[in-house]
Amino acid sequence: MSGGGDVAVVGVGIHAFGRHDGVTGLEMGAIAARRALADAGITWQDIDFAAGGSDAAGNADTSVSMLGLTGVPFINVKNGCATGGTALTTAHAMLVSGAAEVALVVGFDKHPRGAFNPLPEEWGIGSWYGETGLMLTTQFFALKIQRYMAEYGISDSTLAKVASKAFANGARNENAWRRTPLSEAEILGARMVNHPLTQYMFCSPGEGAVALVLARGSRVRELARVPVYLRSVAFRTRRFGSFEVFSPSIPIESAPSATSEAAAVAFEEAGIGPGDVDVAQIQDTESGAEVMHLAETGLCEHGEQESLIQSGATELGGRLPINTDGGCLACGEPIGASGLRQVHEVVLQLRGEAGERQVPKECRVGFTQVYGAPGVSACTVLTV
Amino acid sequence: MTETRQRLMIDPEVIGGTAQAPRLIGSVCARCATVTFPRQRSCPRCTSEDVHPRELATRGELWSWTIQCFPPKAPPYLPGGVEEFEPYGVGYIELPGEVRVEARLTESDPERLRIGMPMELTLVPVPGAPDKLTFAFEPVPEAER
Repeated sequence: MSGGGDVAVVGVGIHAFGRHDGVTGLEMGAIAARRALADAGITWQDIDFAAGGSDAAGNADTSVSMLGLTGVPFINVKNGCATGGTALTTAHAMLVSGAAEVALVVGFDKHPRGAFNPLPEEWGIGSWYGETGLMLTTQFFALKIQRYMAEYGISDSTLAKVASKAFANGARNENAWRRTPLSEAEILGARMVNHPLTQYMFCSPGEGAVALVLARGSRVRELARVPVYLRSVAFRTRRFGSFEVFSPSIPIESAPSATSEAAAVAFEEAGIGPGDVDVAQIQDTESGAEVMHLAETGLCEHGEQESLIQSGATELGGRLPINTDGGCLACGEPIGASGLRQVHEVVLQLRGEAGERQVPKECRVGFTQVYGAPGVSACTVLTV
Repeated sequence: MTETRQRLMIDPEVIGGTAQAPRLIGSVCARCATVTFPRQRSCPRCTSEDVHPRELATRGELWSWTIQCFPPKAPPYLPGGVEEFEPYGVGYIELPGEVRVEARLTESDPERLRIGMPMELTLVPVPGAPDKLTFAFEPVPEAER
């Protein structure tokens, strides 16, 4: 995939994350879409390709009955936590190929409290796995970070600092769900969910929607006040040897994760290195995920997270601000929306329009990474 | 142990052997020697379909662990298991030269679990279905290490 420098995000829109009684996921998607169109200064009639999806809140393409029946080709995407990233990959490919000039991507979801009740049979595993008490995503996250902490010397304090940073950033984001700052001590002292992860180190299923308008070539300069170029988008699934959720066994032979591969390809295609990144949004399903993804994406070395996070480098005013909008920990996890929320936030930061949470240093290069079960990852590099 | 003889394995495709000497049933690839658990019909590494069942080692080392502190949802857990819920350990046990197997642990005290400790296969009643047995790993007593 090349020519990425020719495609830019020219409009962004968001429906606040959290809990919103009386509004459906599809309606939130349509609201975010209208806001993205308004941000680009165009109307739904100007869109010549659309892609979008949700995990559990309906078919994205049915939002045309709210946005208008224009005959636009609209592809529904359903790809777990990578739904937004996959929609973006699809739209990017359509623009680069010349099949479209102005595209809209939308992601939304509406999960009730306590959502996510996977059954082993749906994941190709026998019922014995669930009955034995092993069918829990929280266990996987705990088992993965527990091993990682032992191998690379990551402390409980670092896990807590990731969460306290998320809530501090969320407090400055009017679209975040959890907006109350929590101290490291409060996070460490909270109810244990799965050792070493406490209640406030996990994100919760939530609601929200994000839409982006993308354009290519001459349309970019016509539409964007400040074009944010989508220099690359890369999407990968797991290889043999990666450690993923719902694995009754894992091979002794290990392999790079889907995230490592997607990130490497995204940086290579963009012609930009991880060391050039000014601001990044990475998947923080729980505190440990942010720690591990920092190294898997190449933003730091394995083990370097301990000093990086303890020194405050990943905070808003640090050398490498991470999850500046509060991430999944503060925004919650509406599966279909989270990947696009990351891009939305990077666009605001690169435009200098992030308000109270604007990173104080100059930001020219942004990076996003979304990861989901059972081993899918999508990464982007964006520049101004 | 006489009473356990009357109980059924949770899934005879997954646990073989006897109640006194259980074995986990995995598979091994005839082409690349990759071991999987549970048994698969094709090799996830090299895609060969020349794959055969294999009884896995019963001892290994604890590769990672956690404590499940809240009751899992039912289903897929059994409702009776939730009512009587007590936190339980979960871990991956590395069977040398074979594969890392995910399992319940008989130990649920975080102070008594450490990565690298020797573990051995055993059977425990299925929570909520005491007439059935599932597999777990228990720490090997100091004297036997």
